Amino acid sequence: MMTVAVTAISSSSLSYSPLLLHSQGPNRRLLQCERNEKRRLATKVAGSGVITAGFELKPPPYPLDALEPHMSRETLDYHWGKHHRTYVENLNKQIVGTDLDTLSLEEVVLLSYNRGNMLPAFNNAAQAWNHEFFWESIQPGGGGKPTGELLRLIERDFGSFEEFLERFKSAAASNFGSGWTWLAYKANRLEVANAVNPLPTEEDKKLVIVKTPNAVNPLVWDYSPLLTIDTWEHAYYLDFENRRAEYINTFMEKLVSWETVNTRLEAAMVRATQREQEGTDTEEEANPDDEEPEVYLDSDIDVSEVD
Amino acid sequence: MYCKKIMIVQTIRRTATCTTQLNYQKAEPSIKLKTHTDSTGVCSPHLSLQLELQSQSMAASTAVTANYVLKPPPYALDALEPHMSKQTLEFHWGKHHRAYVDNLKKQVLGTELEGKPLDHIINKTYNNGDLLPAFNNAAQAWNHEFFWESMKPNGGGKPSGELLALLERDFTSYEKFYEEFNAAAATQFGAGWAWLAYANDKLKVVKTPNAVNPLVLGSFPLLTIDVWEHAYYLDFQNRRPDYIKTFMNNLVSWEAVSARLEAAKTASSSSA
Repeated sequence: MMTVAVTAISSSSLSYSPLLLHSQGPNRRLLQCERNEKRRLATKVAGSGVITAGFELKPPPYPLDALEPHMSRETLDYHWGKHHRTYVENLNKQIVGTDLDTLSLEEVVLLSYNRGNMLPAFNNAAQAWNHEFFWESIQPGGGGKPTGELLRLIERDFGSFEEFLERFKSAAASNFGSGWTWLAYKANRLEVANAVNPLPTEEDKKLVIVKTPNAVNPLVWDYSPLLTIDTWEHAYYLDFENRRAEYINTFMEKLVSWETVNTRLEAAMVRATQREQEGTDTEEEANPDDEEPEVYLDSDIDVSEVD
Repeated sequence: MYCKKIMIVQTIRRTATCTTQLNYQKAEPSIKLKTHTDSTGVCSPHLSLQLELQSQSMAASTAVTANYVLKPPPYALDALEPHMSKQTLEFHWGKHHRAYVDNLKKQVLGTELEGKPLDHIINKTYNNGDLLPAFNNAAQAWNHEFFWESMKPNGGGKPSGELLALLERDFTSYEKFYEEFNAAAATQFGAGWAWLAYANDKLKVVKTPNAVNPLVLGSFPLLTIDVWEHAYYLDFQNRRPDYIKTFMNNLVSWEAVSARLEAAKTASSSSA
């Protein structure tokens, strides 16, 4: 039941020298990715025998006019058809031929976040991920109230659904500039960035509301995102102009897909349990000096970030 | 043991209206030396030169209200067509800018900031980067007024005179400056602004996020382009590079920029 406002963290700079996968710190999500538990939200496509960075622009799981009148077709045409598409295309251009090219989208996001000292691919990668997640967070005939375990946790961690709603809307409305507001599931994490809780209990596993700037998302703190609302102006300008509060209301009342949120919560809780069962062996970091670098970043990566 | 920050305070005369005038005007500069002890008694890591602009008290009104006014652009709302549509001006000025001003007024009412000049509020609430609540609205109100005055109908083209000379001196050529300004505006990810600014007798291009502006970074703003999406969405959707090009080629008011440069040079030379 906390609302965390985050501004872009700038840690001490990491040079563009070889990145050690393991020395990214105890981000277990990355280690899990290594163990083939990749949650591939974007599939790769290689065409005509030429190896290209092939993240795909996945269409929303409904026709572009299906969210009317709450989100216009025109908005979907621009928001998905131009903005989201541009992020994917620019990401592909950015990472083709580099080692990031062989990774899943989530892996690219996590690696390029680089503890807050973002590498060039981060903005495009994270925005590609965020937008796919966003389209899947809403549905025609959405809104209403959640049920089941999700509702139980919301009531446990926020007091009531109404209280949650108020806090979520307030976070989204007060996120100055461009960014996103999230409902996320936080398991075994202390309330300090990535600090691992050495003695995790049930109480550490809870729902949190997080607001992030620009392209940042809660994956980078090893939270499990459950729901997001895009509050970049391009998300609501055509339908609501500068009336962001109205957009947020409409989103919550008419668009949010609680089924999807529920499914994500279930998966997150399963993941958390699995990690606990795997024990602490993965918490002990191998001496980084012994390890060969597994991922190299080409320091000549084009740094253009036009969105 | 105290560390004193020396602030050079300069009085710049403003015209006696009830609006906050943001144009630098020539005045009899009077230099007052103020010493400022850091509140914790600790020396700050570097000595910063802060320019505090003071305005004459509002002539007409004796009421202690935050009298910030939404000043209209110095041209009709449709005068920038076809490069910037009337619809954009109606929203951008009529709703966004207006909301910043209105919200600022509400925010400072009954506080020690009430009635203070906008620049003063901005510097105070910037708080060395640890922004206080009124900063966003105050800075955005300032930025937008500065933005409207950075443009004019049939603008664009090349600068001339002293300004051109300095641009060529500090960027090697106007084209190089154009490129650098363009790149800054295009690569400011998310919401923000790109600026031409003047400090220590040098021109430079700066890009800032959200509401931040060069005033709080210790330089004189000379020109700005708003790259928040609301600035170009109706006319250019996501095509920010096209918007920037149009701004540079068809909207920039080099006269305004030159006038600001004049004032900036006067202000800083008299403090030397």
